[in-house]
Amino acid sequence: MAEKKLKTAYDYRWMDMEVGSIITEPGNASARKTGDWRSDRPIVDREKCIKCGFCWLYCPDAAIKRLDDGYYEPDLYYCKGCGICASVCPKKAITMIEEVEE
Amino acid sequence: MSRRVALEASHAVAEAVKMADVDVISAYPITPQTHIPERLAEMVANGELQASYIPVESEHSALSACLGSVAVGARSFTTTASQGLELMHEVVYVGSSMRLPMVMVVCNRSLSAPISVWGDHSDVMSCRDTGWIQVFCENSQEAFDMTIWGYRVAEDKQVLIPVMVNLDGFTLSHVTEPVFLPEQSQVDKFLPGFKFPYALNPDKPMTHGGLGPPDIYTEAKVAQEVALRKSKSVILQAWKEFGDIFGRHYSPVEQYRTAGAKTLLLTLGSYSETAKITIDERRAKGESVGLIRLRLWRPFPYDEFRQAVKGAETLIVFDRSISFGMGGPVFSEAKSALYAENPRPKIAGLIGGLGGRDMSVEDFGYVLDRGKEIAEKGSDSMIDVVGVRGEMIKA
Repeated sequence: MAEKKLKTAYDYRWMDMEVGSIITEPGNASARKTGDWRSDRPIVDREKCIKCGFCWLYCPDAAIKRLDDGYYEPDLYYCKGCGICASVCPKKAITMIEEVEE
Repeated sequence: MSRRVALEASHAVAEAVKMADVDVISAYPITPQTHIPERLAEMVANGELQASYIPVESEHSALSACLGSVAVGARSFTTTASQGLELMHEVVYVGSSMRLPMVMVVCNRSLSAPISVWGDHSDVMSCRDTGWIQVFCENSQEAFDMTIWGYRVAEDKQVLIPVMVNLDGFTLSHVTEPVFLPEQSQVDKFLPGFKFPYALNPDKPMTHGGLGPPDIYTEAKVAQEVALRKSKSVILQAWKEFGDIFGRHYSPVEQYRTAGAKTLLLTLGSYSETAKITIDERRAKGESVGLIRLRLWRPFPYDEFRQAVKGAETLIVFDRSISFGMGGPVFSEAKSALYAENPRPKIAGLIGGLGGRDMSVEDFGYVLDRGKEIAEKGSDSMIDVVGVRGEMIKA
């Protein structure tokens, strides 16, 4: 899907706000990179992964991407590090490691 | 032609809701508001009013359900009082901030503890900052009129802010008096059908009530405040058109025998009628006194209020609630509204009528006398309360 240029908060002055702060652009949450909320990062071990897709199914955001080769990978721009994917993985192929400042 | 009938104020409100042809009523009964939802439930049950009546399990749900129904474009009504208003408190903010226009009638009652089902303004004063347009009624006719008018203002595309109509519990809600009921055609002329421009619609998806992080919340709140302040022009225009159609004329600040008055008494709500008798008696004795009554409470009618007190030497504010640790809330706001005026009247505040305590004509005489004394010499009491037993300790 083609990337659509979405407005960010800084494009709005008070008089530009929609009545009641209504959001009239569906799906504009993708313009907001929320990955920096994360304190733990999921790491996928491809040796153990059986491509079952549980992580993709259970992710409460839409932060697990299915890759062309059938494996799954977290999108770290949006992953908030909740650890649900690691918890539901039947092969324990996902581990959560602490984010450290680089 | 309108008909003149004897109606309890609560039933007058129900008639207004019926004539406004609301789609959804969601309410939980609570003293002293009970007669309003009771009558509306009866109207829906017997087919007088084609509307959905949602018998919710709490006031929090009562208003929440209305938020949903307004969001899809249904004209909606709720009503509550006292603890009920407190229980729905967080939703009160949400309704105005999401700009969902509707009318809520509050039959003003005191707050616990101790438990009191009787009237004062404690409940609504906790809602001063909620962003609703707020008016206070003096009699049944006004309760009827403001309910109809409320929808007209709330739903105006320049406004889209909910309206809270306040009537005093028991001393107004339960009073039966003559009310002019208009023809349906008059109401229809004044109040067109509700067309919410932001109604939820699967064909045009949008999000109501999204997240507002620090980088956008300030802009959202400034936009909300500007909208509430600017609603004033629509409020005035709607009252003018109301007068043209129904022959009853309303203004933000009512003035009673204020011409040349040196001393003014400021009141809200139904006790104003008693205070007016006191004013009449004092005028007959040659005293230069008058009364002003705030009908519009939010947005605060700064211009009209300052104009109304212009030339007066003394302003005495009568409050029916206490802002604990500070005193009378109306007094505090009146004082701040006059701070930059030059000249400005001396101002005194007295509190009374708490938890349904009666205020007689003589009591308002005391308010005038003691108010003038405080305005002249100041008060050495921590708080000045009409009729409280026991000597007041010093400030």
